[in-house]
Amino acid sequence: MAKIFAVTIILIAIASAVPIVMHMWPMPQDISTHGALIDEQYADTMLEAGISFLASQFLLAFFIWKFSAPRPGERVKNFPGGATGLVAAAFLLVGTEVLALGVFGTKAWASVYLTPPAANAVPVQVQAGQFAFYFRYPGPDGTFGPIHPEQISEANANFFGLDTTHDQDSKDDIVAAEMAIPVNREIHLLMHSKDVGHSFFVPELRIQQDFVPGLDVSVHFTATKVGRYEIVCTQLCGLGHYNMKAYLEVKSQEDYDAWIKQQSALQ
Amino acid sequence: MSKRYNFAAVLSAVVLICCGALILNQNVNAAGEGKITGTVKLDGPAPHMKGIDMGKDPYCAKAHANDPAHLETYVVGADGGLANVVVYISEGLSGSAAAESSATEPVFDQKNCMYTPHVLGLTVEQKFKVTTSDQTTHNIHPLPNPMTGNIPWNQSQPPGAAPVEKSWKAPEMIPVQCNIHPWMHGWFAVVKGPHATSDTKGTYTISNVPAGNYTVTAWQEAAGTQTQKVTVAAGGAGSANFTFKPK
Amino acid sequence: MHDMSAPAAHHGAPTSFIRKHVFSLDHKVIGKQYYALALLAALIGMALSWIMRIHLGWGNFAIPGLHLLSSTGAPGNVLTPEYYLQLMTMHGTIMVFFVLTTAPFAAFGNFFLPIQTGAEDMPFPHFNMMSFWVTFVGFWVLIASFFVGDGPTLGGWTQYAPLSAIGSVGGPGQGLGVVLWATSIAIFCIGQLLGSLNFITTTLDMRCKGMSLMRLPLTAWAWFITSVMGLTAFAVLMPACILLILDHVAGTSFFVASNLVINDQVLPHSGGSTLLWQHLFWFFGHPEVYIAIVPGMGIVSHVLITNMRKPMLSHRVLIYSMAALAVLSYMVYGHHMFVSGMNPVSSLAFSFPTLVITIPSTIVVLMWLGSLYGSKLQINSASLFSLGFISMFISGGVSGFFLAQPSIDIMLHATYFVVGHFHLVMGVAAMFGIFAGTYFWFPKMTGRMMSEPLGKAHFWLSFVGAYCIFMPFHYLGIAGNVRRYQAFTDDYLIPLIPVHKFITIAALITGFAQLIFVYNLIYSRFKGPVETDNPWQGTSLEWSTATPPPHNNFGATMPVVYHDPYQYSVEGASSDFVMQTSPEKINNPNEEK
Repeated sequence: MAKIFAVTIILIAIASAVPIVMHMWPMPQDISTHGALIDEQYADTMLEAGISFLASQFLLAFFIWKFSAPRPGERVKNFPGGATGLVAAAFLLVGTEVLALGVFGTKAWASVYLTPPAANAVPVQVQAGQFAFYFRYPGPDGTFGPIHPEQISEANANFFGLDTTHDQDSKDDIVAAEMAIPVNREIHLLMHSKDVGHSFFVPELRIQQDFVPGLDVSVHFTATKVGRYEIVCTQLCGLGHYNMKAYLEVKSQEDYDAWIKQQSALQ
Repeated sequence: MSKRYNFAAVLSAVVLICCGALILNQNVNAAGEGKITGTVKLDGPAPHMKGIDMGKDPYCAKAHANDPAHLETYVVGADGGLANVVVYISEGLSGSAAAESSATEPVFDQKNCMYTPHVLGLTVEQKFKVTTSDQTTHNIHPLPNPMTGNIPWNQSQPPGAAPVEKSWKAPEMIPVQCNIHPWMHGWFAVVKGPHATSDTKGTYTISNVPAGNYTVTAWQEAAGTQTQKVTVAAGGAGSANFTFKPK
Repeated sequence: MHDMSAPAAHHGAPTSFIRKHVFSLDHKVIGKQYYALALLAALIGMALSWIMRIHLGWGNFAIPGLHLLSSTGAPGNVLTPEYYLQLMTMHGTIMVFFVLTTAPFAAFGNFFLPIQTGAEDMPFPHFNMMSFWVTFVGFWVLIASFFVGDGPTLGGWTQYAPLSAIGSVGGPGQGLGVVLWATSIAIFCIGQLLGSLNFITTTLDMRCKGMSLMRLPLTAWAWFITSVMGLTAFAVLMPACILLILDHVAGTSFFVASNLVINDQVLPHSGGSTLLWQHLFWFFGHPEVYIAIVPGMGIVSHVLITNMRKPMLSHRVLIYSMAALAVLSYMVYGHHMFVSGMNPVSSLAFSFPTLVITIPSTIVVLMWLGSLYGSKLQINSASLFSLGFISMFISGGVSGFFLAQPSIDIMLHATYFVVGHFHLVMGVAAMFGIFAGTYFWFPKMTGRMMSEPLGKAHFWLSFVGAYCIFMPFHYLGIAGNVRRYQAFTDDYLIPLIPVHKFITIAALITGFAQLIFVYNLIYSRFKGPVETDNPWQGTSLEWSTATPPPHNNFGATMPVVYHDPYQYSVEGASSDFVMQTSPEKINNPNEEK
C-alpha cells in the first residue's frame, strides 16, 4: 500500500506539472508595455515554485516508499545533520528565494503602481455600476465635467450624472459603453464606482484594479496591439456579476480619432 | 354529530348562492357599463431621444444592428400622438368597481433588450407576468417607494426561464430597471380601477366604466399628470383629451 | 512552571440525561458535540458545493427537488444567477466557520487538550458549555437565512462592503440575509472567544504534576497557539459584524461611502469607508486561515510520530515554527488587498512578510520530511491522511509564492488560482487533518475502532479526487478564469468549460467518498470492534487513561508526568515506547525537561 501511495504521489505531481509545462491553458497573450515584467516574474516564480513542488513531493514519496517497510530489528535513524541543518537550509534556500522574488517583483509592481502617468497620457474615466461599465472622454477641452450623483439617470442615459446645461466642462464630454483607446499611447484610467465594489480586469493588458466606492483610484497602461478585448469585473458586485463586462477596442490613432468624432456626434 | 353536518351543508349552500349572485350581478352590470375615450397629444415638436449604446452586450447590439434603439421617455407618433400615457379614474369610483381587474394577465416582455410595453398599466393586486424573449440574462429590479407598502424585488431571468408572476399591493408608479442592461427602463403603473394606456396615435379607451361623474388622471413618466372631469352615462361614452408639454 | 494538580473545575459526574449529553459541562461531551455539529455543517456545505459544481458544469441541468429549497431561487430546479451566489456564500461561510474552525480546533481540542495536559476538565466548564451552545445557535441563525425573505446573502463569505451594507437594494438576500449572516458570525465569535479563553487557561494553568510546557504534545501546542490567534482574531471580527448590522438596522454608515447610486436613487448613507471592512475582515481573515490549519499541523505531527515510532527531528523547532506562523499571520493580511485600492506602497509592505511566512511553513514541511527519514512508518488510515495532508499542504503552499507577490497578483487575484490555492491549503489539508484525527482518536473517543478497509477506500478516493478537483483550478486561474461567476459567457472563458466539466465529475466522486466516511463513522460507533486503552501504542496522556476516559479523565489518581511526550524507540528502554506517565528511567539526551 505504501509503495502504491508513493507512486501515486509521483504520478500526481508529474500530471500536475504537465499542463503547465505544455502550456495547455496558457495565460492570455500580453498586449501591454509593462506586462513583460509581470510575465517574467511569473515565469521565474513558476520555475522556483515548480522545483519546490516537485522536489518536496518526490522526497515525500521516496521516504514513504523507503521507510514504510523496515526490516525486523532495524533501528530508527535520524536525518543527517538533524533539525539544525534543515532549518538552516530553509532559511538559506527559501529565504534567498523569496527575498529575490520579492525584490525583483517590486520592479514589476512599481512599473504599474509607483510611477506617475506620463503628462501626455490619454485620460479616460471608467465608471462601474451594477452591472455595466461606462466610459467617459473629456472632449476637446481636456477636462471632465463634475459628477452630480443625484442627477445620475440611467433612464435618461445620463450615466455619469452630468449637468450639461450648467457645467461648461461637461458639454463636450463623450460617454460610451465601449472603451476605445489608441494603440501605443499611454492611457490614464480614472476609476469611479457608482454603487458597490467592482473591478477592472483585462487579462491581456495585465491590469486588474478594484473600484473603491467613495474613493477614485487610477491606473495607467499602454496597449501595444490593435484588437478587441474583454473587460471583466472580478469583484463580486451582485447577481449580474458574471455578466458585467465591456469591450476594449485598441485602435490605430486614425481609427481612434474617427471613433471619438463619431461618438461626439452621438452625444 | 349529524346536526353539525347539516349545518355545514346549509352554510355551504348559502355561500354558493351568494357567490353565484355576485357573479351574475357583475355580468348584469357589465352590460350597462360605459367607457371613456380620448387622445393624448404632445404640444410642440417631439424631444430628441438619445440613441442607446448596447455595446456592453453583443446579443443586444446585434438585435439592434439595423434598427438603432432610442430612449422611450417620449414616444410620439404622427400628428403628435403621445404613447405610453396611463389614463385612469382617480376619483368617483365606488368600492366594487375600483377592486375590479381584468381576467387576462398582462405581460411585460423583455425583447431585444428593451421592455415591451415600456409602461404596463396594472390595477392593485392584479397578477402580471414578466417574460423574456431574449437569449441573454436580464434582471428585473423594480424599486417602489417602501412607504407605499409595495415590496421591492430583484430577480434574474436567464434565457428560456419561466415567466415571473407578481402583483403589487398599493397604487404607485413604479420604475423598473434591468441592472445588467442599465438602459432598460420601464414602468409599472399601478392604479385603482379601470385604466388604459395610450397607443402611438395617442388614443386610449377605458372600458367597463359604470355611469357616474369622475375625475380622470393622465400620467406621463416625464411630463407628470393632468386631470379632467368626465361624466359617463349608463352604457354611454365620456371623452377626455389631454395635451402634455415636454419637460 | 507550576506543578499543579488540577485545582479548578471540580464538578461531579452528572446523572440526568440532559446534563450528561445535552447541557454537559464535560469537555469530552462538548468536544463530541462540536464534532457532530461540524459533521452536519460539512455535509450541508458539501451538498451546496455539489449543486454549485453541477451548475458550473451543466448550467441547464435540473437537479430534482431543488425548487423545494427555494422556488424563486431554483425555478424548474435550475439555479438562478443570484441563487448560485447565495449558495456559494453559504458554502464558504459554513465551511470556514462551522467546519474548519469547529472540527480541528473546538472539537478535538475540547476533547483532548485537558486530557493531554493532565487536567480534570477545562477551568471554566460553564463557559465551555456556553461556547458550544452559542455556536450551535449561531449555526441555526445562519441556516435560518435560507428560509426568510429572498434567501441567504449573496455577498460571498468575505461579505465585502458596501454591497453587504446597503440593504436589499443591492440584490437578493442583501437585506435580512446579511443581517442574519452577521448575527450568526458575531454569535460564533462569542463561542470561539469563550473557547479560546478556556484553551489558553487550560494550557497555562491546568497542567498536571511534571507536565512542563515543553512536555506538552504538539497537538496541545497547536491548540494553544490557535486559541491565542482565535482570541485576537475573533475579537476583531465580532465588532466588525456588529458595525455591519448597525449599518442595516440603525442607519449608520460605517462601511458605506457617500453618494452611492442604485437604480437612479442616491442611497441614504454618507461618510463611511468601504476599505475599512476589508481591513477589519482580513485582520481576522488571515489568522483564520492559520486557525484552520495549525491544529491540523499538530494532529498530523502527533499521528505521524506515533506511526513512525520516532519523535520529530526537533519538538521545539515545530513549536517555534507554528508560533512564528501565528505571529506573522497578523502582518500579512494585506496580501488579500493588493489590488483593492489600498496604497500600492503598503502592498509591497504586506508582500514581504507574506513571502517570509513561507520560511516557517517550509521548516514545518522539512521537519515532517526529515522525520520520515529513517522511521518505521506504519500505514493505516490515520497515517495515510497525515501523509496526504503533507502532500496537500505542499501543493497548496507553493501557489502561495505567486499570490504573495503583488505584481503577479494583478493577474491571479480573484481567479480560480486563488480558489485552488486556499481550497488545497486550508480546505483539503485541514479536512485531511480532521480525518487523520478522527481515524486516530476514534477508539479513544468511543471505545471502538473504525473500519480500516473503508478508511483506506475513503482515503484513496479523497486524495486522488481532491487533486483532480483543485489542481485544474490553478490552470483555470492562470488562463484568467474569474471566480464567483455562475456561468462563463466571456469569449476567452468558453474554451475552459470542458475543464469545469471534468472538475464537476471529480467533485461528485470525491463527495461520494465522504459518504463512505460518514457511514464508517456511524457504523463503527455502534458496531466497530471494541478497543483497548492504547491501540496505537502511543505515549501521551490520552493513552494512559481508560477508554473512553472517565468523567474526570483519569479516575481516582491524577497523572504524574516523567517524560516528554514522544519517547519512541529509545535505546535501552524496556519497549519501543515509554509513556509520559511511566516512571521508568531512560537515557535520552534529547529529552525535553
